Amino acid sequence: MFSNPDLLHFIFGRLSLDSFPMFHEPILAVTFAGVVLGGIVVLGALTYFKLWGYLWREWITSIDHKKIGIMYIILALVMLLRGFADAIMMRAQQAIAFGDVAGYLPPDHYDQIFTAHGVIMIFFVAMPLVTGLMNFVVPLQIGARDVAFPFLNNFSFWMTTAGAITVMISLFVGEFAKTGWLAYPPLSDIVYSPGVGVDYYIWALQIAGVGTLLSGVNLIVTIVKMRAPGMSMMKMPVFTWTSLCTNILIVAAFPVLTAVLVLLSLDRYLDMNFFTNDLGGNAMMYVNLIWIWGHPEVYILILPAFGVFSEVVSTFCRKRLFGYSSMVYATIVITILSYLVWLHHFFTMGSGASVNAFFGITTMIISIPTGAKIFNWLFTMYKGRISFDVPMLWTMGFMLTFVIGGMTGVMLAVPPADFVLHNSLFLIAHFHNVIIGGVVFGMFAGIVYWFPKAFGYKLDPFWGKMSFWFWLVGFYFAFMPLYVLGLMGVTRRMNHFDDGSLQIWFIIAAFGAVLIAIGIASFLMSLVVSFIKREELRDETGDPWDGRTLEWSTSSPPPAYNFAFTPVVHDLDAWADMKKRGYVRPTSGFLDIHMPKNTGAGAILAGMSLVLGFALIWHIWWLAAVSFIALIGTAIAHTFNYNRDYHIPASEVVATEDERTALLAKQQA
Amino acid sequence: MSTHSHAHDDHHGHDHGDGASHGTFNSYLIGFILSVILTAIPFWLVMDGVLDSKVATAAWIMGLGVVQIVVHMVYFLHMNTKSEGGWNMLALIFTLVIVAIAIAGSLWVMYHLNTNMMPQMDHEMIRSFG
Repeated sequence: MFSNPDLLHFIFGRLSLDSFPMFHEPILAVTFAGVVLGGIVVLGALTYFKLWGYLWREWITSIDHKKIGIMYIILALVMLLRGFADAIMMRAQQAIAFGDVAGYLPPDHYDQIFTAHGVIMIFFVAMPLVTGLMNFVVPLQIGARDVAFPFLNNFSFWMTTAGAITVMISLFVGEFAKTGWLAYPPLSDIVYSPGVGVDYYIWALQIAGVGTLLSGVNLIVTIVKMRAPGMSMMKMPVFTWTSLCTNILIVAAFPVLTAVLVLLSLDRYLDMNFFTNDLGGNAMMYVNLIWIWGHPEVYILILPAFGVFSEVVSTFCRKRLFGYSSMVYATIVITILSYLVWLHHFFTMGSGASVNAFFGITTMIISIPTGAKIFNWLFTMYKGRISFDVPMLWTMGFMLTFVIGGMTGVMLAVPPADFVLHNSLFLIAHFHNVIIGGVVFGMFAGIVYWFPKAFGYKLDPFWGKMSFWFWLVGFYFAFMPLYVLGLMGVTRRMNHFDDGSLQIWFIIAAFGAVLIAIGIASFLMSLVVSFIKREELRDETGDPWDGRTLEWSTSSPPPAYNFAFTPVVHDLDAWADMKKRGYVRPTSGFLDIHMPKNTGAGAILAGMSLVLGFALIWHIWWLAAVSFIALIGTAIAHTFNYNRDYHIPASEVVATEDERTALLAKQQA
Repeated sequence: MSTHSHAHDDHHGHDHGDGASHGTFNSYLIGFILSVILTAIPFWLVMDGVLDSKVATAAWIMGLGVVQIVVHMVYFLHMNTKSEGGWNMLALIFTLVIVAIAIAGSLWVMYHLNTNMMPQMDHEMIRSFG
């Protein structure tokens, strides 16, 4: 073996045998063993069933927006399990660590867990859910065959995945940040966080950020340029509208995050002093800049959920959405106003009364368009023929829960109240209230609603209802005690408490987390049960809910080309309008369809970015240089690949469409 | 009434009727000369120390940088109020609003923060900047 420490350091950078925590932490050793075993089983199964080629050809290299959307959602569900494992570990620790009992998690480990929980839930669960749903639905809703830049879409997905993998590696190689999910300096500076944790944080977000930004550009161009003829802006489905506004927010906000993380990297890697305590650095500038990204980010997450609720409410109440134009204008107003409220995240920093008053008032103003939306949904339900399918249950659960979260938000918007509640568990309860009650419920509503479109069969309603009720009740058990504790002054991110009288509240919260665990398990169960019962749940019409927008005019699942003919739109809710006017589906006259071709370049480039990120985290400079040059070289080489498209021959289109004609005829018979 | 279109729309058509011109040799030359001039002036301001005040020099450089951006947009990116059906102009206005909010807001927030939390630093800051 090598005995020269300089050579070892050159080859492995900061990486050494001590960097592998599973050798000295029993919890991680067990987790690692589980992951290795599970991994071997999965890899073995893939090899045994000869699925590698299928996976590579049909999924990994796919530039089909539908498959990429599905892969985003799979990524999000996998990461949800990791993020939730973190959550339940925190709840368990806080439920037992009182007085003399230290609990089972040492502070060093606990701090990594709450950071990982926040980072994973926002960047690798909520964001992929939102992006995945937009990717799947938007092109279908506007009558397009794919997104504007199909290869870019595949690349974006794999960059997001590479970021997620980077976070996952930190579990077994080195450590994760112990700084909280926004990594405020000076704690995240090299002086106070000398390890690799913050570097994992930085590079995971930078790699995933490339994907998020490019997918934002892609979807904006898709919506602006590729709508079906006749679909003017004010005839766009509401989900497409909220997607447009979300992607505008992404494109405008994410560069700020990238820039602020670059500044932090310069501090950590090149001894610069943007955010240090001395030499002219100002840590508060970091807080200011990251919230200029951070506040639009929460609207990036919630706007698509609002879009889902709008689609679900009008479909399951068998009515046009009440106040379509007010819904659109409320969305646009939120888009602009979301840039005017960021300081409410740091009222206590000391900007003084005038600044705090301005941002307090803008924060209260932004609740007005949101409130208008709630009334629109209520008025849509009023005198509607409501059917209480699972997506509608999620929507009603949202309306109740989100209003509570919104009101506690307005309470926090009052600066004097915020001075009492800042960084307390009241805040934690508030943002979980709006993120779970808003984003998570919305995404589940969307998944259940569009599942038959994606896979051709509905999800089993029994397990869907189980999932909904456990999530809903579990949420109230888990977070209402946190409101109480927050009002009593308990602060966030504590790993041990002295006051035993608080324990009961934490035990109730832990019980709530267990209920949510059952909710998640029920959702996974609904996927399994529905797959087994798929023949029984099969939807052959392509329109199982009597839908109103264009995606329901195709077969389920839609063919690769989505629409054999580009539909022509005459009215809002184009498909409902077409059905009302006795639309006849074309059955002849099909032409060759020009389609983009699959390519492995996206996955390969993302893999190289992953290696580059790992090398930068561990200061393995030779590997960083090699992977960076390979990355640029491959990207340039890919531009010389002219073999990017093909034609689906008319005969194949005829065969696909005839199959659907036969299915539809069977329905009517 | 059956209302389907038989138009073969494969989204790969290059639409030249969107109002954006492709530029002429002259327009590129004008853009190039303007860019060179706008780059040379800041160098001259700094290297010859033309202005007494550093703040004024910095302000001039920033101002010329903004003009440079406009020159690039007009002569190299061929943007005008009508290109891409007005979407370019709308995007530009939105960007300007957001950038203005972010810069003005940050300055306002950080200035108040500094005055309230670091009163002793005020004169030092001014001296080091002057």
